[in-house]
Amino acid sequence: MCAAQLTRFPQTVTGVSERLSGFMAHLRHNGLPVTVTEYSQTLEALACINMCSANEVRLACKAVCAGRSDHYDQFDELFRAYWFNAGREKLSVVSSDQQRKKPSPSIFQPGIDNNRQPDSSRGTADETDSSAADDSSAHSGEGKLIATTTKNLEKIDLRELMTPESVQRAEKLAHQLAAAMRDRRSRRRRAANRGAMLDLRRVIRKSVSCGGEPLTLYKRHKPDRPVNIVALLDVSGSMTVYAKIFLSFLKGLVSHDQRTDAYLFHTSLVRVSDALRDNDTLRAVNRLSLMAQGFGGGTKIGTNLQQFNRQYAAQTVNGRSVVIILSDGYDTDPPEIISQALQRLKKRGCRIVWLNPLKGWKDYAPVAGGMAAALPYLDFFAAANTLESLAALEPHLQRL
Amino acid sequence: MSWKTLQSDLAEAGYIASAELAMALHLALTLERPLLLEGAAGVGKTEVAKMLALLQSTRLIRLQCYEGLDASTAIYEWNYQRQLLSVRAVAEKDLSTQEVEDQIFSERYLLKRPLLEAISQSQPPVLLIDEIDRADEEFEAYLLEILSDFQISIPELGTIDAVSKPMVILTSNGTRDLSDALRRRCLYSFVEYPDLSTELAILQKRLPHIDKLLAEQLVGFVQALRKEDLQKNPGIAEMLDWSAAVAGLGVANLSDDPVQLQATLVCLLKTQSDIAAIPVEVTQRLAGKLA
Repeated sequence: MCAAQLTRFPQTVTGVSERLSGFMAHLRHNGLPVTVTEYSQTLEALACINMCSANEVRLACKAVCAGRSDHYDQFDELFRAYWFNAGREKLSVVSSDQQRKKPSPSIFQPGIDNNRQPDSSRGTADETDSSAADDSSAHSGEGKLIATTTKNLEKIDLRELMTPESVQRAEKLAHQLAAAMRDRRSRRRRAANRGAMLDLRRVIRKSVSCGGEPLTLYKRHKPDRPVNIVALLDVSGSMTVYAKIFLSFLKGLVSHDQRTDAYLFHTSLVRVSDALRDNDTLRAVNRLSLMAQGFGGGTKIGTNLQQFNRQYAAQTVNGRSVVIILSDGYDTDPPEIISQALQRLKKRGCRIVWLNPLKGWKDYAPVAGGMAAALPYLDFFAAANTLESLAALEPHLQRL
Repeated sequence: MSWKTLQSDLAEAGYIASAELAMALHLALTLERPLLLEGAAGVGKTEVAKMLALLQSTRLIRLQCYEGLDASTAIYEWNYQRQLLSVRAVAEKDLSTQEVEDQIFSERYLLKRPLLEAISQSQPPVLLIDEIDRADEEFEAYLLEILSDFQISIPELGTIDAVSKPMVILTSNGTRDLSDALRRRCLYSFVEYPDLSTELAILQKRLPHIDKLLAEQLVGFVQALRKEDLQKNPGIAEMLDWSAAVAGLGVANLSDDPVQLQATLVCLLKTQSDIAAIPVEVTQRLAGKLA
């Protein structure tokens, strides 16, 4: 490192190791989990490179200290901020970019979900809906701490929150619910190549040919009987306010494993499982919100269910499936169609769960024609208007 | 050996590494630490290990991870049949239980799987643990002991220390988040898709007979294609396949024959929806920009 470029050190600090420890503190302060181990490793690493080249030092520190892709992206910025006084030499050129990514401690606060922070702060800027103003105050660090607000947010009707945190929380909830539904191990045992138990019957039978020596050990295991989840989400006009949360809920369900299937519908039905398997939650949700808006118009629950029966049900729905319908039950089709479609679906032996955001409202009764017609075919009918109510589903779904 | 020499050696062997990657490799070699490589599929993570083995002219031991991979497939297993037979054979002799046990639980009765094999080589091999994110967390925990101390504990036999420290490379596609404990034991590098000039260099290294103008077009097209909204972005191997295909068909300029160009895209697009997403018009738009 050239001494001329370093200005921020007090006179007392002299050695490389002391300066480096300051840098480590700086990284730690910005959410990189560096410890004494990394510190000593960096020192070792510096010993085997040319320490006078800032670029080589950067590369070496990066390889040792950045442990995951988002830290990897952040690292160059943090490095420059520390060793070159917040990137002063380039400030004029990239000032706007710098503002956004500038590692202020409040943005990269450790403990508030470091992994997604850069993404979510960017996502907030992109959002144009009315809640954007509230979000940005929570993110800029001057306002409240995110960790303390999540608890409150859970009780607010989902319409009122579209923050990245709640989107993530919805996804996590979906993970839990999917796991609760899916964990079904059989009580039977079946022969398998690998397994915890010996298949004694076969071992003894086969040992006869070796003169009674049990030369080959055969195994048994309890086979998994996983539950297939198929989710159908209503994204019609009346549901748009919930769309984002439910979409991320859907994403949570789908990304949990490859068998889960997800569909969107209002006037027509689209399969979105693959689009939802995008690694970036916010990007997937935003993309799908756009997709959903593109259709517009009323809701044809009955017709869509019929189409689902015709086109997809044969492949995806069987006796081990749970079909989750997320809809408010306002249908422009005559109610008979819904009941017929559900009846046909039910004959496949699946269980049908209907989550209705309206059910959480005070004095709600399922009088809407479609909803009333659907009720007899449902195994479980529940509210889904707050994250809390989604979380409360777990024990019920476990029993299904 | 400095990292720059390593970078140029790799380039000589046919692998163009970014400065970040070369430095990470150099440090991994000098500090004898495992290196974790992350990045999209097809950016050449696995290839790094192969090239490294080639450069060091040493063995490449590869462990392909999958769901349900367990210790007996990855580390070691007792040769049960042999043990059984030897127990029978010594039954007539008058040996104590302790002696029999010592005999059948000795190294001769141990089947070495890749990990144990890797630490018992006299010349340090390159150990490639491919797609570690596909293995389950249980296996990740097994790995920790090997990666930090280069030793394996076998309950019946005791701890086996490494004869030589293998050069360990782990790759991950990010289908599952890896544990912090594993990350902390490794150096880390994120491998990106190469930029235009790098990819051009790769193409010219691997397929030197391709005309320079065509090579520029091919790489430019693939780079533009990666910006489209695809399910599976074409990796470097796909790019090389496609280039070989196009060159093999005797095409001199991409914009010459739209039908043929469209037909060759099967080398790049690997799902039905991706093929549907890139119709002739889009291909022409992408190809047109290059001309």
